[in-house]
Amino acid sequence: MQVIKIKGSDDTPTIILDAENNIMEISGRSLPEDVASFYEPVLEWLDEYAQSPNEKTVMDFKLVYFNTASSKLLLDILLKLEDLSDEGNDVLVRWHYPDDDEDMEEAGEEYADIVDVPFEQISYSLD
Amino acid sequence: MAENVNRHNFLDFVYDFYLKMKSKDVNLVYEGEITHQITKAFTSLTESKMLREEEPNTVQKKVFHVMVECLQNISKHASQPEIATDEKEGKGIFMISKGESEYLVTTGNTIPTEKIDGLRFMLENINSLDKEGLKKLYKQQIREGRLSEKGGAGLGFIDIAKKTGRPLEYHFLTLDKDESFFVLTSSISRK
Repeated sequence: MQVIKIKGSDDTPTIILDAENNIMEISGRSLPEDVASFYEPVLEWLDEYAQSPNEKTVMDFKLVYFNTASSKLLLDILLKLEDLSDEGNDVLVRWHYPDDDEDMEEAGEEYADIVDVPFEQISYSLD
Repeated sequence: MAENVNRHNFLDFVYDFYLKMKSKDVNLVYEGEITHQITKAFTSLTESKMLREEEPNTVQKKVFHVMVECLQNISKHASQPEIATDEKEGKGIFMISKGESEYLVTTGNTIPTEKIDGLRFMLENINSLDKEGLKKLYKQQIREGRLSEKGGAGLGFIDIAKKTGRPLEYHFLTLDKDESFFVLTSSISRK
């Protein structure tokens, strides 16, 4: 399966989607000019991945900032992971947040409430 | 002679404007199109200023959040009476000021008068909710809302209220039967 590697910038996140090496990760900042077209390849990749997923799927979210338009697309990604989980696959979402960032922690909690998928909150230190 | 008077008036205007900005602690004021590039420039300018002034991390993040949502509101919702409809970006005024205890982010833009009622209803509803209520509304909107053609998720105001923990201050100024001026001020505590 094709590997997606997008290098982050000051308004777009770093994205790695690599099924063979079992790496799925979104990190950094997200406020792209056109959110829908930015995340489209990610959603398409997940659709293709869902056809023959790995034994265990772990997706890491390690964002420091995202705008509300991105939050909607992040939910779309999480909903795809929920579908995968609903089909009986072993799926885990790991939500990483800076230990001094209550808002990012809360954002994870809210997603965990909305989406029915195993969800792990992990705090990390920026220092 | 006439030219001298004009120049004088303009100088007075500039100095007066400068004094007014200072008296209101305005750090940044802009009038015009709000594009993605402008949003990026203003946020990074404000960020580096806050960093220099050693503003706490949480305050920096909240100011950043509010700025982005406010700027995107203008670029997505401002009506454009004088310009052709093929112009994509919205126009408006954007202002950020730093006081002793809080940052104020103010936007002003024209909107169609007919949109006032809907907007007021939405803002009043947000202001009537406590933290838990806002969380609930946010979750409902993110689940049920659709991304608009211009990329708006309908979450901006809710997010500002949630992140600042303060009510949204707003005013409408009727310009004529079609157009009104909408002013929104969000405050972020520096504590």
